[in-house]
Amino acid sequence: MPAYTLKRTFVAFLILIVVSGLTFSLSHLSADPALTIGGEQASEEDIQAIRKLYGFDRPIHVQYLDWLGRALAGDFGESYHYKQRVFDMVSERIGRTMLLGTLAILFALVVSIPLGTLAAMRPNSIIDRIALFIAVLGQALPTFWFALMMIIVFGVWWRWLPISGHTQWANYVMPTIALGYYATPALMRLTRAGMIEVLASDYIRTARAKGLSAGSVLFKHALRNAIIPVVALAAVWFGFMLGGSIVIETIFNLKGIGWLSYDALLRSDLPVVQAIVLVFASFYVVLTLLADLLNAYLDPRISVR
Amino acid sequence: MTDTGASRSLVFRQRQTAEEILEPSPWSKLRRRILGNHSFLIGAAILAAIFAVAILAPLLAPHDPYDQDLTKRLTNPFWHEKKIDPVHVLGTDKVGRDYLSRLIYGSQISLLIGFSTMLISGVIGTVLGVTAGYFGGRVDMVVNFIINTRLAMPVFLVAMAAVVAFGASLTVVILVLGLFLWDRFAVVMRSITMQARDLDYVKAARAMGCSTPYIIVREIFPNVLSSLTVVATVEMANAILLEAALSFLGFGVQAPTPSWGLMLNEGREYMFFSPWLLALPGVCLFMLVLAINLFGDGLRDVTLERER
Repeated sequence: MPAYTLKRTFVAFLILIVVSGLTFSLSHLSADPALTIGGEQASEEDIQAIRKLYGFDRPIHVQYLDWLGRALAGDFGESYHYKQRVFDMVSERIGRTMLLGTLAILFALVVSIPLGTLAAMRPNSIIDRIALFIAVLGQALPTFWFALMMIIVFGVWWRWLPISGHTQWANYVMPTIALGYYATPALMRLTRAGMIEVLASDYIRTARAKGLSAGSVLFKHALRNAIIPVVALAAVWFGFMLGGSIVIETIFNLKGIGWLSYDALLRSDLPVVQAIVLVFASFYVVLTLLADLLNAYLDPRISVR
Repeated sequence: MTDTGASRSLVFRQRQTAEEILEPSPWSKLRRRILGNHSFLIGAAILAAIFAVAILAPLLAPHDPYDQDLTKRLTNPFWHEKKIDPVHVLGTDKVGRDYLSRLIYGSQISLLIGFSTMLISGVIGTVLGVTAGYFGGRVDMVVNFIINTRLAMPVFLVAMAAVVAFGASLTVVILVLGLFLWDRFAVVMRSITMQARDLDYVKAARAMGCSTPYIIVREIFPNVLSSLTVVATVEMANAILLEAALSFLGFGVQAPTPSWGLMLNEGREYMFFSPWLLALPGVCLFMLVLAINLFGDGLRDVTLERER
């Protein structure tokens, strides 16, 4: 187990290095950052001076190693546009994105677990079919379009909810639903499949034979086991959701790091973009690492293989 | 001679029908399964309709989708009472282009993106997955690392950055999405190839001294084909949704192309007074993705039952 943990952590770290390297070369090989910083009025001498000042005249791998060394120490450089420290810009807004992501995944779980359980109790019943129907429709609904439709209906026609900002709790209602519903079909299907399997197992028959109440069998025995893979999948979805937050935060003008990355891309503000790519990638890598280690802990055969 | 031949063929035919009653032929079984699978039928029907619209767009569209008429800007669709123009059934956009024609031509863009992306990512993912699954060991380790690296990259953000870097155009969007959406292909192909590698007839082919490329193409590949098509439908839907989201944020297909995502972007500023500018392209996107998903789900059910 310790050897396995060490190996997996090393691989996770290596993945982050490769991801950051790819992003760095992608942004630096194509666009000339000196032109972005200099603006349209900059003369040729100005551009040269900026290149020297920021070190853009050095070979790309030197620039990358320099950036990586600082990034490991928590220094992501300075925004070209706002002239602020990127670390401060990201840490100031990351809380909002985390809050949105957490609310969204909770929303998805609260909807999908009861629905999946109900569907599993009576396979092929009306409830099961309705749940499946909702799942199929939900999977085809473009997130950002759903968000726009909610704004029109709840924000403009009925005026129930604010359509932009991040200062009050009501600001998070529509973004949470828009981001969260997208994960519900997958989570619901997994809950349903898991519950059907568990409900058919021997220990559930034993529990029923002992004369336990239906509720006790369902919640204490069946759901508790069926829910483990659902929670694991939810963790992976949480990683995906942070990526999905770019569109949602932009639509609702909820200024988290998703919105920040959109803003930075509009201004070709490369240091900010690189930092946010690394943040998103780290989240995904850490979540999958934890899920893997948890699986290995629960099933020791995995770490031996 | 002719007499016996005829009677024999009659006997033969009778026996064949008797066999058919006991054990229907694979084709009739497949046909029955397809006809019994509603989601497959509905999905295929909607998809066929959208395909027909895309191909027949020049005949179906009442106007040129690029034709501007600034004197007829933002006319209302037919269900409104005021400010309608009978020539433009679904009204016009902010520069007076016929909305119905743009929606019709938009199907071409979405299908083009979906198919091209699926082809590029399908080739990359299948090559990686089959290689890893067949050879195993170190090769598998390297491919696994590549897959995990790809999964760790936030697709949407990196795609936006790539579009900024290489300039926004239909080709760039297709290439970027194609180079990113191969992960599911690779994962699925890898695990199926691993199972197929140990099948008896594959071992037999190896024992007979068949070359590795021959075994992969002729013995392994037919096994992965049905899963490949199912993954292809999922990724096609995925690519269409991503293109729409990219174009909606202005990091995708550029004006004046009639992309549904771009139409949503252009309609956004009029959402308060002309909500159909947003509603209509979204409904089109929804129908297309729904059809592809239903078709894919149905296909999975039909082919999986056949394998059993």
